[in-house]
Amino acid sequence: MMLDWLFASPAERRLLGGSPMRGPTPWVIAIMSFSCLIIAASGLALTNTASTLGRAIQSRYSVELPSGGGGVDALLKAVQSAPGVASADAVPEQDMRRTLARWLGPAAQSTELPVPALVNFDLKQGASLGAVQRQVQEVAPEARIVAHRESVGPLLHSLHVLQWVAFGLVLLLSGAAAAAVVLAARGAIDTHRFTIEVMHGIGATDLQITNLFQRRIAIDALAGSVAGAIAAALVLLLLASGASFAGELAGGALLRGPDLILLLLFPLALTILATMVARMAVLAALREAL
Amino acid sequence: MSQAWQGKGRQSQAGRNGTLSAVAEFDSVGLRYGTGAEVLRDLDFRLSKGAFYFLTGPSGAGKTSLLKLLYLAQRPTRGRVKLFQEELSEAPREDLPPFRRRIGVVFQDFRLIRHLSAFDNVALPLRVAGASEEDVEGPVREMLAWVGLADRASARPPTLSGGEQQRVAIARAVINRPELLVADEPTGNVDADMANRLMGLFAALNRLGTTVVVATHDVGLISATPGAQMIRIEQGTLVDPTGTLKNPPGRS
Repeated sequence: MMLDWLFASPAERRLLGGSPMRGPTPWVIAIMSFSCLIIAASGLALTNTASTLGRAIQSRYSVELPSGGGGVDALLKAVQSAPGVASADAVPEQDMRRTLARWLGPAAQSTELPVPALVNFDLKQGASLGAVQRQVQEVAPEARIVAHRESVGPLLHSLHVLQWVAFGLVLLLSGAAAAAVVLAARGAIDTHRFTIEVMHGIGATDLQITNLFQRRIAIDALAGSVAGAIAAALVLLLLASGASFAGELAGGALLRGPDLILLLLFPLALTILATMVARMAVLAALREAL
Repeated sequence: MSQAWQGKGRQSQAGRNGTLSAVAEFDSVGLRYGTGAEVLRDLDFRLSKGAFYFLTGPSGAGKTSLLKLLYLAQRPTRGRVKLFQEELSEAPREDLPPFRRRIGVVFQDFRLIRHLSAFDNVALPLRVAGASEEDVEGPVREMLAWVGLADRASARPPTLSGGEQQRVAIARAVINRPELLVADEPTGNVDADMANRLMGLFAALNRLGTTVVVATHDVGLISATPGAQMIRIEQGTLVDPTGTLKNPPGRS
């Protein structure tokens, strides 16, 4: 059976002496698991945020009237009456001034400051922007329509880049964990070289010897990855309040059910990776002997 | 089985009747380590099933290297080595374990696993061969009693004397009833009394049908083992150009 190696008899367990979880392997795996999970959770949250934001702005536009003032009501009515418009609302002038105050300070409240009028609207699925443009041109020829996806595009692009960076970091850390396991396996082989020679001499196969090491490294990897996952879960819980606020801004939860399942499976995946890498490393090292 | 070893063309009676009686056959075998000079040259001999051999020669003559070829710890760099009627010189390494299980080896330095008890050390070949724990317990206890260590079963090697460790090593080597027993200076670390007792164990095993090859400097042991035959090696080659059978020197 494929998993025979997992169930060692007491006599087989005694062959390598000592006990599992004594060396640095569980600690290294725990650190890798913790880091990977934090980064993976961040990457998934970024993915969800970008996705929610992207959907929200896909059909959202603004009509900007540079001269502002009294034309906003007529502009709003024109937009609302255009075919294909799902909803439209004008941004109050006070809100505009409050926004400008962040850059201009009290000067933003000056009546001498020209504040553009702004009407936001959403188009229905498949509706044409041309009809809205024609309606707007009739009441305000100087008005221009801006698609939100164009203005928010660079932010979405940055979010996509960040999620790929997170994915890359998870891969890098998994690779580092695999490399650490290879070193641990080679170290274990060096430590037990005498036992291996004796076992080979009396007719043990490479697989019999490999199973001993594979099982021990699997236990170390499982303990380390679960410990790292628990620590990561605690940190993510501590960040949960801030995350829920960010989730509200993004229009939904930052981590969803499938994401949590993926994160829960990560320690298992890391353990399987470590075990397979250990198996290959041990078999390769044993092949160097006759 | 009257002939101990012979050069090519000097087949024993058993050999003339077929190859089944040969446990090992060396044909033009040479061995070198790395790029160094050959430590073994032009070895041509066969070991008959059920015979008792002493391998002698000065230090550095190549005794240990020859034994390594016999217990498959080394491949020849040229020539052919047949064990149990199988050509193994170039056999894939994954094919070797079943043959190693048919060979018992006693090392001069015992090679016991320090963190295992005497019981576990002796049980190792049985467990490697896949025996269940029920099938291990009885034979191991019996073997430990046979070598006089029944009461030291749970002792670990560092707590055993040299003689006791050697007996554990012998018990481990013979627990599987090997067809070929190879011993490298097995009495090098024990006193004369213990050496005689160990040789008695080998002789008893030989009487049960195991072919025994013992490398030793101790001429006294050779002369004290009736019927044993001698292989002498000097400077990497067998010294007996005529192929004449050599019974223990004191008796020839």
